[in-house]
Amino acid sequence: MSDGVGGIWGLPIALVGGALRVSAPYLFVSLGECLTEKSGRINLGQEGTLIMGAMSGYGVSYLSGSPWLGVLAAGCVGVVLGAAHAWLCSLPRVNDVAVGIALMLFGTGLAFFLGKPLIQPKAPRLSSFELGAWSSSAPVRAALEINGLFLVGVAAAFAMRFVFQRTRWGLVVRIVGEDADAARALGYDVNRVRFAATAVGGFFAGVGGSFLSLYYPGSWSEGLSSGQGLMAVALVIFARWDPVRCLLASLLFGGAGAIGPALQSIGILGGYNLYATAPYVLTFVIMIATSSARRTLAGQPAELTVAR
Amino acid sequence: MTGADAAPTPELLGLARRGPPPLLEAEGVSKRFGAFLALDDVSLRVEPGHVHALLGENGAGKSTLVKCIMGYQATDGGRIRLGDREIVPKSPRDAQALGIGMVYQHFTLVPNMTVCENLVLARPRLPFVVDWAEERSGLAAFLTRMPFKVDLDARVRSLSAGEKQKIEILKQLYLESRVVILDEPTSVLTPSEADEVLSMLHRMARAGEISIVIITHKFREVTQFADEVTVLRRGRKVGYGKVGELTPQAMAEMMMGGAVPAETKGRAAGAAGDTRLRIADVHADDDVGVAALRGVTLEVGAGEIVGIAAIAGNGQEELVEVLAGQRPRTSGTVEVSGADFAPTRAQLRLRRVRCLPEEPLRNACVATMSVAENMALRSFDEPRYAVFGLFVSTQKINDTALQLVSAYGIRAPSIHTPIGRLSGGNIQRSVLARELEGEVDVLIAANPCMGLDFAAVAEVHDRIRAARDRGTAVLLVSADLDEIFALATRILVMSEGRIVHQTPVAGAEPAVLGRFMAGHGAHDEPHA
Repeated sequence: MSDGVGGIWGLPIALVGGALRVSAPYLFVSLGECLTEKSGRINLGQEGTLIMGAMSGYGVSYLSGSPWLGVLAAGCVGVVLGAAHAWLCSLPRVNDVAVGIALMLFGTGLAFFLGKPLIQPKAPRLSSFELGAWSSSAPVRAALEINGLFLVGVAAAFAMRFVFQRTRWGLVVRIVGEDADAARALGYDVNRVRFAATAVGGFFAGVGGSFLSLYYPGSWSEGLSSGQGLMAVALVIFARWDPVRCLLASLLFGGAGAIGPALQSIGILGGYNLYATAPYVLTFVIMIATSSARRTLAGQPAELTVAR
Repeated sequence: MTGADAAPTPELLGLARRGPPPLLEAEGVSKRFGAFLALDDVSLRVEPGHVHALLGENGAGKSTLVKCIMGYQATDGGRIRLGDREIVPKSPRDAQALGIGMVYQHFTLVPNMTVCENLVLARPRLPFVVDWAEERSGLAAFLTRMPFKVDLDARVRSLSAGEKQKIEILKQLYLESRVVILDEPTSVLTPSEADEVLSMLHRMARAGEISIVIITHKFREVTQFADEVTVLRRGRKVGYGKVGELTPQAMAEMMMGGAVPAETKGRAAGAAGDTRLRIADVHADDDVGVAALRGVTLEVGAGEIVGIAAIAGNGQEELVEVLAGQRPRTSGTVEVSGADFAPTRAQLRLRRVRCLPEEPLRNACVATMSVAENMALRSFDEPRYAVFGLFVSTQKINDTALQLVSAYGIRAPSIHTPIGRLSGGNIQRSVLARELEGEVDVLIAANPCMGLDFAAVAEVHDRIRAARDRGTAVLLVSADLDEIFALATRILVMSEGRIVHQTPVAGAEPAVLGRFMAGHGAHDEPHA
């Protein structure tokens, strides 16, 4: 193939590349949310965690010069926000959805406030692997430029499935999410398990945020997330609470998000803003297609507020 | 050998499995909830290898006592001893580690998981990485020694109540509990399932494998399967004895404090009047979209009680839900008093159709609303309560509630108490009071006495008979054949979503009904 790959191949290549680039934040947030929801709670605050993660990751990378330290810092901020959600929800008669919305707005506002001085400076970005080096085609090389953090996410998806299916921790989380009374009868502390699951879930969301600011788009601005944290919650439903399906769903959402840039790359410029709404439209379509008035979703943890 | 003076280690004690189970003793246990004394100086002694019945009416303190033993609640006084030492279990897990296990009335199995997963999860020391193949073969080996078979790969959600109960018991045996406490184990079982489970437990106790405490209010279970009985009433121990030395009358007097209700009345012989409820070829799906009703056709006349006998899961629950408006029917017609009927609020009121569903707290109440509000759920928007159909008079609702509470003997702290805090029997009475208020043309009742003590059962039965005598057409769905024989004029048997047999109650034979319930027609197994 020549350098000027276009036409019939240009679009799919650009879409695949876009999906691989755009999907990582979806992947991390949905893995975190999957873990939290498996324990029987919904954390809508993941959107706020994502933005806080993006801001703090960028800041730490800028100050320390190490983007990976930034990723770690973003995860730690996520743990703090997740723990705050879990603690608030452990109080009697506190609704997890309401707390989540409050934390989402709090996290967003706090990130905008603390992130003001970070809009100008350039922080070191995460590096990536040139998996497309074999190809002489520039679009292919660009598409196969894979970030290490994305690969970590892929590994985490498979690891999380293993944890749910085969390990004591995973089983305990599932029991707590399926039937809190049964869990108590078995002697587990429901609140403690949910605390841990929500805190670790926050870690994932924070790391997802650092991907936004440290790799793609790769800078800190207030419009960075545009609701990806919330869409990841919808994505978990679509993935039927299975981490590996979260990975596939993230790629699908990522691909939808890449439609606009991909069309742009092959020269179609009209309707860019319309194509940018593709992930949101996809959210609607999935919600309608997977819900039924008559039956509950297969795989839905029975303790979720929305399931009861 | 180091000699007899070496103290036995826990391991040695654990290995000495063939010894008899330890003596379990509660001495002078008290428990207070706020101002309410739930247990007042209660003692219980469970001999090794015996079946001990804990008898009492709803709210007598039976559950509170065993919850204290299980470490669910701390006691406010008294001691619990196991073998020769005092124990203070802080959680059910502590009690389990000591070899005391409990089978709860409400199952503690996780519905979305398989039988295998549920059993493995109950293990106290789960390895970090679970090798499912190994666990499964271990369980399969364990099951070969057990008196009944279960499918390890079945999801608990799909099992009948009887099967779940068996798995709860299996779980205790799998955990090697030596003292097993069962909270009303037969309340959700059919009579034959109940006999099977209880006789199995009885055999295991006889073999010296386990001691059993069984909470119940059914005398038949006490006299047939228990060795000793302790009777509680209003938080106090009011009687104890060997079962052979106590008559049911004596036990009833201890339980009730002498106020044994009169024998229930016989059936009125009156013929059925005009057809009130006519159901023709009704089909409906269950929760997962599988056909649950496959063409149900039946009629109920005024002043008639038609009993539907069926084993759990044969469509009777769905039938009740279709009639109550909780489930759409996919085809077929329902007529009430000759007119097409759809279970909307307007039509339920116009046709005077009322429903007493199973699990009334879940299906007919708003648990967090008060007793008075729950009693007005059917009627709060009628002109007698609502001015201009808009402003609801709390005063009138409260007046009605007070009348119903006293008429039905409902024991509630006040009519403003959330109904979810009442005991099962009182919730049932409250719903019955609401549903039978005023004129009723059709009453649908599903297992109206599940989990009630026998005084409440007699009372609910009398109320249903009284409604019939006033001309109400009653469709009674019950898992208890005795109840159907006691109430119904006609019996229909339902199997796999169809009515497969129909007989007047006079001349009906339980054995024949049982064959139809099990899905075998009379022709499959002709009488000798």
